[in-house]
Amino acid sequence: MKFDTPAGQNPIDQLKVVGKPTDRIDGKFKTTGTAPYAYERHDVVANQAYGYVLGAGISKGRVRAIHVEDAKRAPGVLAVVTTLESPRLERGMMNTAYLFGGDVIQHYHQAIAVVVAETFEQARAAAFLVKVDYAAEAGKFDLAAEAKGAPPVPSDSGEGSGGDGEERVGDFDGAFAQAPVTLDETYSTADESHAMMEPHATVAAWDGDKLTLWTSNQMIAWGHGSVAKILGIPKENVRIDSPYVGGGFGGKLFVRADAVLAALGAKAAGRPVKVALTRPLIANNTTHRPATIQRVRIGATKDGTITAIAHESTSGNLPDGDPETAVSQTKLLYAGANRLTAMKLAHLDLPEGNAMRAPGEAPGLMVLEVAMDEMAEKLGLDPVEFRIRNDTQVDPQAPERPFSHRDLIGCLKLGAEKFGWAKRNPRPGQVRNGQWLIGVGMAAAFRNNMVLKSGARVRLDGAGTVTVETDMTDIGTGSYTIIAQTAAEMMGLPLDKIVVRLGDSDFPVSSGSGGQFGANSSTAGVYAACVKLREAVAQRLGINSADAVFADGEVRAGNRAVPLGDAAAQGALSAEDTIEFGDISKKQQQSTFGAHFVEVGVDADTAEIRVRRMLAVCAAGRILNPKSARSQVIGGMTMGTGAALMEELAVDTKRGFFANHDLAGYEVPVHADIPHQEVIFLDEVDPMSSPMKAKGVGELGICGVGAAVANAVYNATGIRVRDYPLTLDKFLERMPDAA
Amino acid sequence: MRSFTYERPSTPAEAAAAVAAKPNAKFIAGGTNLLDLMKLQIETPAHLVDVNGLGLDRIEATPEGGLRIGALVRNTDLAADARVRKDYGVLSRALLAGASGQLRNKATTAGNLLQRTRCPYFYDTAQACNKRQPGSGCSALDGVSRQLAVIGGSDACIATHPGDMAVAMRVLDATVETVDAQGTERKIPIAEFHRLPGDKPEVDTTLKTGELITAVTLPKPVAGTHIYRKVRDRASYAYALVSVAAILGKDGSGHVAFGGVAHKPWRVEAAEAALPRGAKAVTDHVFAGAKPTHENAYKLKLAERTLTAALNQARA
Amino acid sequence: MSRRDMVAGATAAAAALTTLPSGARAGSATADKPVMAKVGLTVNGQRRELELDIRTSLLDAAREHLHLTGSKKGCDHGQCGACTMIVDGRRINACLTLAVMHQGSEITTIEGLGQPDNLHPMQAAFIKHDGYQCGYCTPGQICSGVAVLAEIKAGIPSHVTADLNAPTEVSEAEIRERMSGNICRCGAYSNIVEAMTEVAGRQA
Repeated sequence: MKFDTPAGQNPIDQLKVVGKPTDRIDGKFKTTGTAPYAYERHDVVANQAYGYVLGAGISKGRVRAIHVEDAKRAPGVLAVVTTLESPRLERGMMNTAYLFGGDVIQHYHQAIAVVVAETFEQARAAAFLVKVDYAAEAGKFDLAAEAKGAPPVPSDSGEGSGGDGEERVGDFDGAFAQAPVTLDETYSTADESHAMMEPHATVAAWDGDKLTLWTSNQMIAWGHGSVAKILGIPKENVRIDSPYVGGGFGGKLFVRADAVLAALGAKAAGRPVKVALTRPLIANNTTHRPATIQRVRIGATKDGTITAIAHESTSGNLPDGDPETAVSQTKLLYAGANRLTAMKLAHLDLPEGNAMRAPGEAPGLMVLEVAMDEMAEKLGLDPVEFRIRNDTQVDPQAPERPFSHRDLIGCLKLGAEKFGWAKRNPRPGQVRNGQWLIGVGMAAAFRNNMVLKSGARVRLDGAGTVTVETDMTDIGTGSYTIIAQTAAEMMGLPLDKIVVRLGDSDFPVSSGSGGQFGANSSTAGVYAACVKLREAVAQRLGINSADAVFADGEVRAGNRAVPLGDAAAQGALSAEDTIEFGDISKKQQQSTFGAHFVEVGVDADTAEIRVRRMLAVCAAGRILNPKSARSQVIGGMTMGTGAALMEELAVDTKRGFFANHDLAGYEVPVHADIPHQEVIFLDEVDPMSSPMKAKGVGELGICGVGAAVANAVYNATGIRVRDYPLTLDKFLERMPDAA
Repeated sequence: MRSFTYERPSTPAEAAAAVAAKPNAKFIAGGTNLLDLMKLQIETPAHLVDVNGLGLDRIEATPEGGLRIGALVRNTDLAADARVRKDYGVLSRALLAGASGQLRNKATTAGNLLQRTRCPYFYDTAQACNKRQPGSGCSALDGVSRQLAVIGGSDACIATHPGDMAVAMRVLDATVETVDAQGTERKIPIAEFHRLPGDKPEVDTTLKTGELITAVTLPKPVAGTHIYRKVRDRASYAYALVSVAAILGKDGSGHVAFGGVAHKPWRVEAAEAALPRGAKAVTDHVFAGAKPTHENAYKLKLAERTLTAALNQARA
Repeated sequence: MSRRDMVAGATAAAAALTTLPSGARAGSATADKPVMAKVGLTVNGQRRELELDIRTSLLDAAREHLHLTGSKKGCDHGQCGACTMIVDGRRINACLTLAVMHQGSEITTIEGLGQPDNLHPMQAAFIKHDGYQCGYCTPGQICSGVAVLAEIKAGIPSHVTADLNAPTEVSEAEIRERMSGNICRCGAYSNIVEAMTEVAGRQA
């Protein structure tokens, strides 16, 4: 199905199933420990051996020799595969660093060997017997030091939030010079780790030259092609299965070393092998969100109309890597006739920087929305009002392009009302409750709505059950449930008559999970397949498909009502289709919007920051399932709180690696850090987005929330720290005297 | 994890003898730190002596009016003990500020005293660390050191003792009781239990090989407000950046020890006379001679301000 | 050969020649034969006899030998709580204990609390309040959740208990503090607290 005109009335609009806060259909499996994750697939193939991955102990250089004799002689060892045994393997889609092969070390903990043994204990012990000789080389590890000479870069993140390097509209320099009120500040954000709870893991089994990988991956089709490319085998010989993914956040968009080394280990051992990256390896072996240094300049008239806005960002990466596209949202979020956005990319020899939940917008809004708060204060304007005053209903860089639907103002106003924003004391450092300095802050949320081609297959059986198959993944997003809701709505069935099977490369290619494109795109693909199935059913029953009504488990036409399953009485009916998006999303700008409101307490003595209250108001088209969508948003709010307050991969700029590479060293929020979180969705639809009229929410929650936290901290303390995360050491010297 | 042999004796003397009898043997109790380190081959014992069958899990009143805490009393049980809650609140608070509920259910009194540093270079076997591999150097000195020691360190090591319980025990003047393979018992004042790194950072404590902790005794309770104030980046389940264990009167007089700042719980008794004059007078003395790194100099200010918070709490 | 050449080991891995950890026996270049041990455990009410490499954690005994994979391995170092089991009435990190140290122990894993068609009230409340997303930390959260309510009932205090000498009570602050050993990177915390509060209310 081609989607190239705005969606009209369609069966989804009935909202009998879609739009309801249904419990997740996979809930009873996840809560009982019966949902199978990659490393647990004892059922799929017998005789699995265990692989243990070794990471390089240097950050840059060459491997001169790997001594495996002792390891090979160790009890239970079946095989040792080292990086020196093959030339450097091809990279998979979107990989920047090479995953395995050859003697070149690009980054710390790069995989250099896998030891395969009968048991995990044996593989782990033998791995410590492998001895490696390196020739280390000097590298570049300090973004601040490399930023000065960093060249400008054009980019596309591949997730739709990319840009073209420097972009100018009007005369920024002139307008900024003339503006009566200006802001020019520089900020920095830290390297962050996805830190999903399930480590990257794969079971690999060869059957002749055919390879099956039971793995944990967000993008099955990308992974499928990538594995074939990396291993140099035909795609038809590879199958990937990933029905449950224990968190990804971008860290499992691309094939990683676990999959490659499980496959190579299985080949060498001559039997199935399973591999999980150990936790201390993950931060440096895989990808991370790159740190940024960002400069924002805003010029405005005295009444708070922005006349000039510039956002520049510098990040680092390995050669061939992309920048963190932190300026993207600034092209679209606020009006202003004179504009400049630019990115620079420094060469760093740290591990690969790549997509992490809301790449670009997460660190970009962390900065832009603090700058807006600072500017509002300079103007003597309420920060909510300042944003409202600079709203735009068109793409500010291309005014002929309207937003398909934009209600940022609605989010801001409703949020302010529900949060009690009017009670805020705009003068910072004024509110105290016992030991706590209290502050409130807000920020706008913004993330583009991307749409990706997505396919599905639906099959009706004689019992009236519809089975949906698509290679879409559920990484915690609720895909199982919203896909079932979509099929149920389309076919007039209750949810318990829908079976959803996901994550298998034998199924039709879907959008996959990333960039908050998954929910809208994949359900639209299911919609398309169901439209075909409805036609097939009508034809089988001899009904004109235009007259057929699918409701309550029946197909009705005129006076006739037939149980849906009857259409499959002589054999299952199957239909497959793919939703393809025309240039409708280019003619109009599709984005999602929100407003975050946060209250914090800052300890008057120690400057410990604790979040007390959080509210997000989101405008993201039709909400397919308010319960799972709420979870997506609070999850983003939680991760964004981590980014604002604690998350930082600590770079050893001398030795070139992230030193705090485990979950004790890299602190993410725990229960005690997160208060009750409130989420309100505006009741809206966006017919430009898809037949579902939905948009993404999976990343909107993280966008801007960190800035709302930071603005609240400023309101509490009067101290503006522009180097994130806002750890207490950055406040102590400037805190009011302890009393 | 290297292979090892394992036994589970039933008396303390047997246990001490078992460790003395085999080369490279170690006691294991809760195992929450030892197994963590064994998985990374930072610890590689050839023989484990499981002391969980020894009893040593009772808390008893002493004739002196104090408490004798068995070495194997779990952190949860020690924190929840009614006598500890009533008379040694600083200890209860310190325990509850540490780790997680799951870890406190396993971790023991003796094991907690023996937990090793969380320095990232100690934990990364590809990096130089004199504590893990004597003579290899100290990467922390010019590396990531935000969490590490500001005082009492050496050119060989700036690791911190990561625990909370020991800081409270230090302010309580606890005594560590041990027995060795010969059956000789020893009482070690907590102040002398943990070492400073000096040129032997691989040695954390003054225990001899095979010497088994059997109990920790607390003297009779000290009156005052018992406070354990732990400062950390996230609200729970994190190591202290700085902690203050204090027993303070309304006038501020009392006792104080600091955690998160040194290779051992840090207390300077001579500075305590200054407590009624406020935090700065105390911390100026306690931290005289501190040698912080660029990354952890904030701990000095933080220690002062955290003590201020404790003094305020005592006065309230 | 530079100093870095000499000290840099393969990692995962103490590995390299020059990175023999302190206390290791010099010259022991090859791994010793695994030491095997018989272990009897009562898991979810069933007596299970295993013969295990003595190095096997309780978590791996369950996941790899009993194929009870509900308990998760998120970090294997006691830093995430995904492996939480209830052992002899107490919740622990199953990754940081050896199976052989639990001879005779009574162990409850997530599979023992309830099954898909016979849910424990805590499991049902997690579903109702959407107290999970990817599901990987969920079994640990639920085991912890059940144990936390029992700990409060048993009068065990926490870091946020205001008065150490007063009875402990269920509150959102108590739940948050006590659950902090269970990390949920998806960020379901707010919903988990609601689920537990509901179960606690029902129990009261």
